[in-house]
Amino acid sequence: MTLALLPSDYIVWVLFFLFVIALFWIRTQPHYRAQWKQVFQKKIAMIAFVILGVFAIIGLLDSIHIQIMQHHLPQQKSILDLVLSLLNTQDEKTYTAPFAVALHPTPPHDIILRSMKGFLFGALSYAIVAGIWIYICRHKKNKLAIAWREAMMTIGIIWILICVLTMLAQNYHIFGTNKIGQDMFYETIKSVRTGLLIGTLTTLFMLPFALFFGTIAGYFGGFIDDVIQYLYTTLSSIPGVLLITAMILVMQVVISNHPALFPTIADRADARLLTLCFILGITSWASLCRLLRAETLKLREQDFVLAAIAMGAKKIPIIIRHILPNVMHIILITIVLDFSGLVLAEAVLSYVGVGVDPTTASWGNMINTSRLELAREPIVWWPLCAALVMMFFLVLSANLFSDAVRDAFDPRAGKT
Amino acid sequence: MLTYLIRRIIYAIPILIGVNIITFALFFMVNSPDDMARMHLGQKHVTANAIEKWKKQKGYDKPLFLNAPQAGIKKITDTLFFTKSLELFTFEFGKSDQGRDISHDIYQRMWPSLALAIPTLIVGLGINITYALLIALFRGTFFDYFSMGICVVMMSVSGLFYIILGQFLLGKLLNLVPISGYHSGLDAIKFLILPVLVGMISGIGAGTRWYRTIFLEEINKDYVRTARAKGLSELTVLFKHVLKNAMIPILTGVVVIIPTLFMGSLIMESFFGIPGLGSYTIEAIQQQDFEIVRVMVFLGTVFYIIGLMLTDISYTWVDPRVRLR
Repeated sequence: MTLALLPSDYIVWVLFFLFVIALFWIRTQPHYRAQWKQVFQKKIAMIAFVILGVFAIIGLLDSIHIQIMQHHLPQQKSILDLVLSLLNTQDEKTYTAPFAVALHPTPPHDIILRSMKGFLFGALSYAIVAGIWIYICRHKKNKLAIAWREAMMTIGIIWILICVLTMLAQNYHIFGTNKIGQDMFYETIKSVRTGLLIGTLTTLFMLPFALFFGTIAGYFGGFIDDVIQYLYTTLSSIPGVLLITAMILVMQVVISNHPALFPTIADRADARLLTLCFILGITSWASLCRLLRAETLKLREQDFVLAAIAMGAKKIPIIIRHILPNVMHIILITIVLDFSGLVLAEAVLSYVGVGVDPTTASWGNMINTSRLELAREPIVWWPLCAALVMMFFLVLSANLFSDAVRDAFDPRAGKT
Repeated sequence: MLTYLIRRIIYAIPILIGVNIITFALFFMVNSPDDMARMHLGQKHVTANAIEKWKKQKGYDKPLFLNAPQAGIKKITDTLFFTKSLELFTFEFGKSDQGRDISHDIYQRMWPSLALAIPTLIVGLGINITYALLIALFRGTFFDYFSMGICVVMMSVSGLFYIILGQFLLGKLLNLVPISGYHSGLDAIKFLILPVLVGMISGIGAGTRWYRTIFLEEINKDYVRTARAKGLSELTVLFKHVLKNAMIPILTGVVVIIPTLFMGSLIMESFFGIPGLGSYTIEAIQQQDFEIVRVMVFLGTVFYIIGLMLTDISYTWVDPRVRLR
């Protein structure tokens, strides 16, 4: 058993550590702290954040891949696979409806009994932990006034839900199985990582380009501005589908020409996922660049920039020290607003056939393969349902959270 | 105004050349003319002779960007890129790799695209603006919060869900409309109802929120306070003053997309089997028909640039303070 991290795993963990560092840095900055406090004072934002956090934990667990020998063949599994493999032991051959076990017809009261057991265990364990926590914090005045109570309640509900689902999933396929007997509950959970990666990496890939070109174009103006404007107008007038298809095909050519670089199926799927993020970033790069350029144009004329020039500051330090901190809110708002759109876009792209690799677990692939099964008799609705429900929860909480972030950080919003 | 237009048209030329170069590079980075010949002649039993003949016949037998053996200006003009791209600027589209006349195809496929896109745009706009006005009228009340909640939920549902649910409910269970397909003439209506409905519903969430923000921004301005102070009723203020002024951002937002309506919607058309320009592009990409792809990308860029120009012109039209130089 050895650690076998994929390239995207490294990126995920680097991102995670950057996130943690940013968290500690924000704690030391009273200005940013106040704005984030404003976000977390909203109950809905807090609840959405907790749900996003649960998704993030699933994604992080799914980003530690290890190599284990199974039937004398090296297999790449993630920590999440190992956790989930404890749950589901029964294999099916083909479609089964949710909660149906074809080989062992079970009385319905078993389902109720199991969910009761799970509920009781979850509620009791949560009550004990929450009780201890409240006991410890009883003397602390809640100075921050952020919505702790809602956060605790959401955590409690999710924990109880996890307990119930764990109890049930040991014996049943909660979301049924698909054509070749794969458990749909497992597939939806595995798809979380793909969705999160596409939502976050895409924006991060385009961020350096947009930031660099946008501020440079806005600050220097003239010829540089013309060239950069020409660049993004040209790029944004080409249909995104063409760019994406071409890049995906190029990647496939690269993969087939250099098989040594991508030894396993997982490596190949991973390379394709990263390519997709990269090219999606390129197609959505222009709008952020335009926003940043306009904001820099405005900031350039502000008094504090003039003062810096008068003090003899050079151009590049002015951009870094004076312009950049003042466009940060645009970047932050773009990151959180784009996230949900990108998660939804992945599903559509998979349908057109240029999305993630067909072997990657993703909601788009699930929807795509199960779309035609609605025409079967009896109707096979559960794979579709499972994917749509999970995607809905992720996108909804992302949307709610991004609204709160925009209200807190956008100087124009919140006044209405 | 005229100088502005001329300047914009001159600016458009380098953009179009750039787009052509990128399309060209993207396409031939993936497959060489030999691959294309093999693809079109069928995978098996293709002799080298046949490939050469196909390339000669379709004009793919030249080097891509630089013809080194030739002398002088011919180094650049006698290449694949030059011959294939330059004729686009005269709107001379030629024949597709399968021998069909592209201009004719585009002319035929334009109508289904428009028949889908225009009703979706108009119905969607009407519903979104009406709903947003209603919300602006009842701002800060339960109705406002409730509607905003619904909009967020509707935004968060995947567009695929609306398409699949619509096809399943209306098409399969209730048998009201055909699931997909198209028919020319008046019969088209029954094929178009479902896509238009789905397009409208999937746009409500984002659209209504966007227009509500515009309306609320206007409502907080000084002239609205003056109008109220004069004693005008809230309805008069809303419809006579706010709606008129909010039309500036709304109109300019809509004008950008009008020219691109010709290009059709890639996703809706391929889902509902409508033979428009959107599905034409997707099919061409999948069949690696370079002639069609470059024409469609070229046209798309032209329409995009026209859209940007129209936006600027419409600014002067709705807002007399703006002057174009």
